[in-house]
Order: sequence, then C-alpha cells, then structure tokens
Amino acid sequence: MKNADRVHGADEPFAFNAETEALAQAAISKYPEGNQRSAVMPLLDIAQRQCGGWLPVPAMEYIADYLDMPAIRVLEVASFYTMYNMKPVGKYFVQVCGTTPCWLRGSDNIMKVCHDELGIKSGETSEDGMFSLLEVECLGACVNAPMVQINDDYYEDLDSDSTKRIFDQLRAGETPKTGSQVERHTCEPIGGMTSLEHQEPARAESVAGKGDS
Amino acid sequence: MLKDEDRIFTNIYGLEDPNLSGARARGDWDGTKALIELGREEIIERVKASGLRGRGGAGFSTGMKWSFMPKEVGERPHYLIINADESEPGTCKDREIMRHDAQKLIEGALIASFAMNAHATYCYIRGEFYREAEALQRAVDEAYENGLIGDNACGTGWKFDFYIHRGAGAYICGEESALIESLEGKKGQPRMKPPFPANVGVWGCPSTVNNVESIAVVPTILRRGPEWFAGLGRPNNTGTKLFNISGHVNKPCTVEEEMGIPLKELIEKHAGGVRGGWDNLLAVIPGGSSVPLLPKDTCETVLMDFDSLREVQSGLGTAAVTVMDQSTDLIYAIRRLSKFYMHESCGQCTPCREGTGWMWRMMGRIADGEAKSSEIDLLLEVTKQVEGHTICALGDAAAWPIQGLIRHFRPVMEERIAASKAPSQAAE
Repeated sequence: MKNADRVHGADEPFAFNAETEALAQAAISKYPEGNQRSAVMPLLDIAQRQCGGWLPVPAMEYIADYLDMPAIRVLEVASFYTMYNMKPVGKYFVQVCGTTPCWLRGSDNIMKVCHDELGIKSGETSEDGMFSLLEVECLGACVNAPMVQINDDYYEDLDSDSTKRIFDQLRAGETPKTGSQVERHTCEPIGGMTSLEHQEPARAESVAGKGDS
Repeated sequence: MLKDEDRIFTNIYGLEDPNLSGARARGDWDGTKALIELGREEIIERVKASGLRGRGGAGFSTGMKWSFMPKEVGERPHYLIINADESEPGTCKDREIMRHDAQKLIEGALIASFAMNAHATYCYIRGEFYREAEALQRAVDEAYENGLIGDNACGTGWKFDFYIHRGAGAYICGEESALIESLEGKKGQPRMKPPFPANVGVWGCPSTVNNVESIAVVPTILRRGPEWFAGLGRPNNTGTKLFNISGHVNKPCTVEEEMGIPLKELIEKHAGGVRGGWDNLLAVIPGGSSVPLLPKDTCETVLMDFDSLREVQSGLGTAAVTVMDQSTDLIYAIRRLSKFYMHESCGQCTPCREGTGWMWRMMGRIADGEAKSSEIDLLLEVTKQVEGHTICALGDAAAWPIQGLIRHFRPVMEERIAASKAPSQAAE
C-alpha cells in the first residue's frame, strides 16, 4: 500500500517508546503480582496504536518477552479478539454494525453509502490508505441505530447524508461530531422526554463538554 | 408508569453533569460509610430481601450469588468482577451507566466488594466502548481523589481498588468464565463448571461476576430500603429495570421502568409506538437477541419481567426490546442473528463451532427459498443438537431465536420455500 511509510512495517523491529513504556507499566501494575500476563490485552492495544493500527509479528514477540510468556500465547490472544488487526488498516477504520437491530433500521444502506463513498468493499483498504471498511457485529448502541464506529468513536442515528458528511469532514481533516447525528443528546426519545422530563435537552447545552461526547 | 422519584438512574441520558459533583447532587455517595457499617451479612440480607435478580440476562438472585463467596478470606484474596462486556444485540444500557451515572457503579462496587470481602474490583468493558472506558476512568479517578475509594474508602478503613480492563472484541467474554479467562490474558473460552467462580475464579481466587446494572442499583436499594425496591414490580420480579427499545419504533430509546410493565405500554409510552401503528407490528424480540421472538398477539398482553416472559417461552434476558414491523423479512432478521452467533462462537465445543455455521447456512437456504420444506424440521433438529450440548450458553443462544421463529412463523418459512419452488416443482 502507498502509505506503507505511515504504518509500521511487517518486519521492522519493535520496542515501546518512553510514552508507551509508561502506559505498559501502568497496565501491568493493575494486576496482582505474578499475574502480569493479564496485561497482554492492554499491551497489545498499546502496541497496535504505536504501530499505526495493526500488530506486526515483531510487536507480538516483543510483548511476549516483555511479559515473559510464550510468543504463541500472545499470537493466540491477538488472533482470537477481533479488535487486534493482523494486517495494516487505513488511517480511518470504518466499522459498520450490521447486526439485526441496526439492519432493521437500514444498515444495508449505510454500508452501500460507505462502498460508494470510499470505493472499497468490506474488508478492504482504500488505495490512499485513508479508509478501511468492515462490517462488524453488534457494537452496543442499538437504540441509536444505524451506527458506525470510526477508530475510537461512535457515529449514531445515521442516514445517507450524515454518513457522507462524516467522510467529507474526515477527508478535509476536520473532526466530525461524534455520537448521535440527529437532534438528540444520547439515548432519550427524540422529540420529547417520557421520563425525567425536568431534564429537557435544552439543559444539556449547559453541561455539554463536561466529560461527555 | 414509574414515577421519577422512584428512578435510580437519574442521569441516564447524560443531560446533567456526569462528574462527581453532579453525582453527589443526585444522591450518590450519601452516607456510604453507614451502609458499609451495616456489615457484610446485613448488606447481603438486604440485597436478598430487595428481590434483586441479576440484570445481565440470567436473572439469578444477586444477594444469593454474593452469599456463595467464602465467609472468611483464606490464603487467596477475593475479587468482584463487573461484567461490562455489553454485547448482546439490542442491548445498550450499561453503556449509559458508565458514561453518565458511573459513580453509582463505583459506589456499588465498593459496597458489593466489602460484602464479599474483596479489596479489588475489575470492571471488564468491551473494547469497542473506548469512550465509555474513558468516562468510567475519569469517574474512578475522581472517586480516588476524593477518598471515596482507595486505602481508606469513605473513611471506613476498608482498602478498595477499582480497575478497568478493556476487552478487544469478543461477545463470548460476556460469559462469566470466558470473561475470567480473558482477564487472565487468555483467549475468551468458557470454563467447565464446577468449580464455580466463587471457589475458583480469576487467578484461582474466589470471584463473583455481576452485571453493571446489578451493581449500580445496590447503593440506592440500601439507601431507600429493600422494601422500597421489593414494592416495585411483581413478587419475584421486583424493582426497576433499564429497557432498550430498538428497531421499528418511532422513537427508539433507553428508559428505566418498573419491572412487569406491559410490553405494549413500554413501546407506546416511551418509544413512540410501532412504526405505522400497533397493528403494523409483526414480532418482538423482548430480551436481547438470544431469546425467542414473540408474535404480535403475545405482545398485546405480555408483561416485561422474568417470569411473565418465561411463561410465553421467551425471556427477559437483558431487557433489550427489538421491534419488527410488517415490512420485516423475519427469516432474514433471524438469519442475521445466526451469522452473529457463528461469528462469535469461540470454537471450543464442536456442536457450537460447527452447528452455528450449519444453522446460518440452512437459514440462508430457507431465506432464499432454496430449501426443501423438510429442511425446516432438519434445522429444528440441528438446533436441538446444539442446545444443551456445549460448555456455555452460546450454543443455546444460537438455537433459541431459530426455535422461536419456527414455533411462531413456520407458515412464513413454508410459504417462502413454496413460492420459490412453485415454477419448477418437478425439479425437486
């Protein structure tokens, strides 16, 4: 791929840098002494982020040494969980939920918009390395269906237009609004509360940004 | 209809300040020390008396589960593990607790851990919930900074630590023993029981795994009294519950309601009704994808609680209600769930690893009208071969939606096959 210089190469040696080393040590310290192997999942995540979104073999071997466990056990974990990418992914990894609650509300259409806009099919990465696309299983935002996850963020209550707009903004180097893409704060019913009515969404504006998306 | 004053999750929509000051204004961490000073046995007795049943799907008595932990701490420390691996299709309630009402979860974790002699809680959050994990970590940090947890939690002298462990995309880790394996840094493959986690859990130590919602409601139950909680809902199905209403409704939403609310009322009152009106309803999956669907006539009267839904051969599960209107290709809708279970089978038990693929392919043949009508019985037989023949309940969960479909909508499946076969009947 053309952006090979952006992502970590498949056979380059791997080591934590000062920042990721500190994160790794903090992760290990969460577990009781003698059970440092429990940190294999956070360490894989830290390494994957350092490598630009995927896990080359040398990174897994490094973690195996780091935690004093057999490399095959690390590979086993990395290949079992879907969030560890065994090959490079684009700068923006677009994961479209296609499970029934999203499907009922039009996830097929969202997937089609992704195909058309990004010019790639599920499982592919665009030529310029900007986007990877994948249909995934339930992401747990079902009352905000249909939705996609792009890197660490959820984009919810999507339709064709809002999906296109998000891609346009990402291409332009902007930061799209995360969460619901309609007139909705989070998971309350649209157009009028049916409980906790005293908390009408207008009030939300005053607390927006206080730690919520 | 539940009154606001009886709602536990008063910031479920995140419309108020999610931070500690906001949480305290809503009543969190009020008199926690006095609750701890009730003592272990009294806390467990009160949780039992409230009738609280686990909110993660199985509906086992939470207080009873806690009482299974060893009474005294031996050489092995005790642990509370919170299951925040919310991945059951249709379910998105714990997410809102972690984002908006996290202090309830942390306070509940302290009380529950104290009641089980555990000095540490590990909260296992599904990996995709990255922002939710961040929000929860912020809440944990605030609780530490204010002495609510830590070496002297709430001034009780009890040392309590709260750790977050992020998963990495595996539905099966919502099964408690798979979660424990994952927490130990392994593939999430369920363990045989016995031994049960209360004896041999994480790192070989006594452990209890509870759902986020089960833990988060505990402080309010203790503050307001078990009789308050037990007075809501119906006997054996007490309290309040977070419901997620998704699919073909006008206003999909999450709402806290009283246990036992009629399904029809839940949909019409909170979710703006079925798209196109109640008569446009085809079927409802009432408790997350693993429970069998209900046809419209059952939906007219059924109550949303454990026992009522069991009586109609379904289940409350996670109380995630997925509504399907007349436009739905039901066979495809269930087939998509079959694909989910095939994708999520951990591969350990042959009936599930192979059977989930068979079920998905057979559902495909039926959905596309390529099957013979005898294949419906064959499919049913396959579901029976998987159900009950695996270490964990994923096999059952894959079988039940199909069994529900065949039970209630067999004629639809037969019609699909007949319609496609009609022009070339001789070819069979």
